[in-house]
Amino acid sequence: MGNPRKVCAYPYIIWIIGFTVIPLGIIVKYALTDSTGVFSLYNILAIAQPVHLKALIFSTEVAVICTLICILLSYPLVMSLKRLGYMGKRFSIFVLILPMWINFVLRLLAWQMILSNNGLLNALLELLHLPTIAIANTKTAMMIGLVYDYLPYMILPIYNCIDEIDDDLIDAARDLGANGFTVFLKIIFPLTIPGLLSGIVMVFVPSMTSFVTANVLGGGKYQLIGNVIEQEFMTTMDWNLGSGLSLILMIFTLISMVFTSGNEEPGKESAIW
Amino acid sequence: MKKKIIFAALLTAFVALSLSACKSQAKDSITVFNYSMYIDPEILDQFEEESGIHVNYEEAPTPEELYTKYKSGAISYDLLCSSEYMLQRLMSEGELKEVDFSSFENKDNMSSRCMEMCKDIDPEHKYLMPYFWGTVGILYDPDKTNGEITSWDSLFNGEYSGNFIMQDSMRDSFMVALKYLGYSANTTDEAELLEAKELLISQKPQVQAYHVDEVRDEIIGGNAALGVIYSGEGYYAYQENDRLKYCIPKEGSNYWIDCFCMTKDCKNVEGAKKFMDFLCREDIAQKNFDYVCYSSAMNSVVDNYSDAEKNFPAVNPSDEELKRCEMFKQLPKETTEKMGEYWKELKAR
Repeated sequence: MGNPRKVCAYPYIIWIIGFTVIPLGIIVKYALTDSTGVFSLYNILAIAQPVHLKALIFSTEVAVICTLICILLSYPLVMSLKRLGYMGKRFSIFVLILPMWINFVLRLLAWQMILSNNGLLNALLELLHLPTIAIANTKTAMMIGLVYDYLPYMILPIYNCIDEIDDDLIDAARDLGANGFTVFLKIIFPLTIPGLLSGIVMVFVPSMTSFVTANVLGGGKYQLIGNVIEQEFMTTMDWNLGSGLSLILMIFTLISMVFTSGNEEPGKESAIW
Repeated sequence: MKKKIIFAALLTAFVALSLSACKSQAKDSITVFNYSMYIDPEILDQFEEESGIHVNYEEAPTPEELYTKYKSGAISYDLLCSSEYMLQRLMSEGELKEVDFSSFENKDNMSSRCMEMCKDIDPEHKYLMPYFWGTVGILYDPDKTNGEITSWDSLFNGEYSGNFIMQDSMRDSFMVALKYLGYSANTTDEAELLEAKELLISQKPQVQAYHVDEVRDEIIGGNAALGVIYSGEGYYAYQENDRLKYCIPKEGSNYWIDCFCMTKDCKNVEGAKKFMDFLCREDIAQKNFDYVCYSSAMNSVVDNYSDAEKNFPAVNPSDEELKRCEMFKQLPKETTEKMGEYWKELKAR
């Protein structure tokens, strides 16, 4: 253990073993046994039950929509960020990250106040003599919360990629007669794919299971697969079933990660940190 | 590689050891386990100041989590506070220790009405110190309803469609449906459960939301006219807006009592007793009631209720209202599973 750099990694290794590897092992053990501790595949196969399948499909649907909206919102924003000066960029990124300093549940509760029937949004609409809207406790409110929460995770990796694109490349394309759209399609978009992919993973996976958002903004009326797992652990106390469903979700997540990282060029990976 | 693993293991062991050493160093201390937000935190400080006993205070949000955490044995607790059906389970498992309540300075402050409630579980009053109790009911804003609310029917007949909030809790929502149908909240009959599920499913399109802690704020904020709520939350809302009303529906509801008890492994019996006794002291009980808002199990607080408190059924329900209510029992595993399945089905609609 002569290498001091390696020694520095030990706390991390201990952390990972203690708080990721061991708990994962426990989940696998619970998932593969029944309540008496006998080996059983029941909890894994339970995903095929209509209620669970429905929750999984609904979660996927929500996650896909959330990811698409995030992508559509990110590109225009990131493109305009690119044009800003150094300080402008720093400040904009700072503003983007700022809300993350506040607890996630608190921010959701704030959204609840904004969107509720007698909330800030409707007060504002009334002030402008516009008709009020009733989106509290609906799927729309839930989607707003999800997009709000995960948008920075899409913006930042794409921004990292786009910031590295040499302006000369764009100028050259312009010189050769490409219009704005062609520049985006042929230069900017392909060069930001690594960032886009890591953005997709970071938005898609957590938005599938964001049960707190579904409870607070969706009024507890929508059931993501995360809600089912939460119920098994907290209410029904069926840890075996909860673990089985978590394991399925993990496999699902891994598949989506393999799918997205498979397209990345080696050495060109992008992350927000 | 092997060396690294050994090093890592040693380091982990070292950290764990030094952590546990820190704990045992504290001279006189007790470890108390309670629900979240269920004691005025100033009382803990005051107890430490007056008795010199340090309180390690732990919290859990629900009886089930409290039980699981207690049973895991990771922390050894001296005192815990839980609800009657969970206490019954702990008692039947031999987890509790007898307490000599007659030696308490403030023993007379424990209300006999509450002791009566615990009678089924603790007939000789040897284990449980009643703490707070309450009911489940409907909190409503009379400005937004057509007159007084007296029945669960208001939540099912479509009159307030889109304007009421249900509890996002399996057991409580099923209780509402079962009571409305005239069944016991502790039923294990599959046909009755199925009927309750069908009723809840038909109700779902009318429900504005299923919430737990937010019910109170939504009613105060005027976002909904009615909500199924715990009495303490109802009283809190009433303090914010004294136009709000609370009703225990005529079909009956659920009531519960939370008690402090000593665990079988209690290491500091004297300290634990002192803490329980302290909670029974008049000034402390009053302070705690003002913070917690649930119905107090202490005579001094009940005698001191203001007229408003006396007449507010969330704080002081009449015997007649209570008679309609029923305590929860620990359900058999099959029933819990069935109910869980139905609850998921309802939520997936």
